[in-house]
Amino acid sequence: MAATTKIPPIHKTVRVAVPAKRAWEVFTTNMHRWWPAAHSILQAPRASITVEPRVGGRWYERATDGSECTWGRVVSWDPPKRVVLTWQLTADFVYDPAFETEVEVRFTPDGADATRVDLEHRDLERYGEKAESIRPMLDSPEGWGACLSGFAAAAEAAS
Amino acid sequence: MAYATRALGALGDPTRRIIFERLAKRPRAVGELARGLPISRPAVSQHLAVLKAAGLVTDRADGARRLYRVDLAAIDAIRAWLDQFWDRTLDAFKAEAESH
Repeated sequence: MAATTKIPPIHKTVRVAVPAKRAWEVFTTNMHRWWPAAHSILQAPRASITVEPRVGGRWYERATDGSECTWGRVVSWDPPKRVVLTWQLTADFVYDPAFETEVEVRFTPDGADATRVDLEHRDLERYGEKAESIRPMLDSPEGWGACLSGFAAAAEAAS
Repeated sequence: MAYATRALGALGDPTRRIIFERLAKRPRAVGELARGLPISRPAVSQHLAVLKAAGLVTDRADGARRLYRVDLAAIDAIRAWLDQFWDRTLDAFKAEAESH
């Protein structure tokens, strides 16, 4: 174990002007309608992203050529309030069945017709337990490495 | 994010990548790292100094030797990336949810 210290989880909150039931449906059904396309891990164009609606269900991406890639699975399924998914993509966007982080999404009514959506991505210290999950990101010229260098360059140019 | 640029440079060297990968499995001392590598202990120490300067490893005294381990700052780079990834993703979700 390289990492014994807890890395703080990522917390994000977004308020959407729709009821919780609608927010839940948009989030969990037809995720591909809004999920950024830039980081598809398939070779062919993306056709769908599916969260099978049950505990233990797969979370996966499918391409137009029929190929699939698993992202994780459903750990907790409590519509329209809370879903917990495993995020099993390493830093190089490769699915690793032995690697698990968790993404929890909560949907809380905020007035009559709005919903607060709270997202937590946790267990990030596990990225440190496997060198192979860190190295490709920092190493790959076409992968996250490039993305990170671009980000670093932009951040440094702005400061 | 100057960290990321330094880290990318430090891991550009194959020997340093091997050393980093070994340290990611568990903390080790220089002597142990040098075993099985076709380079001398002083060379390993030099590589460790580069990794340390890049913020990728840290060291601490353990009796008479120094133990090196992967610095969690390496994971911070991933965390920073995921942080802005989720910003973009939730923005897109909000736009879709409110578009009907």
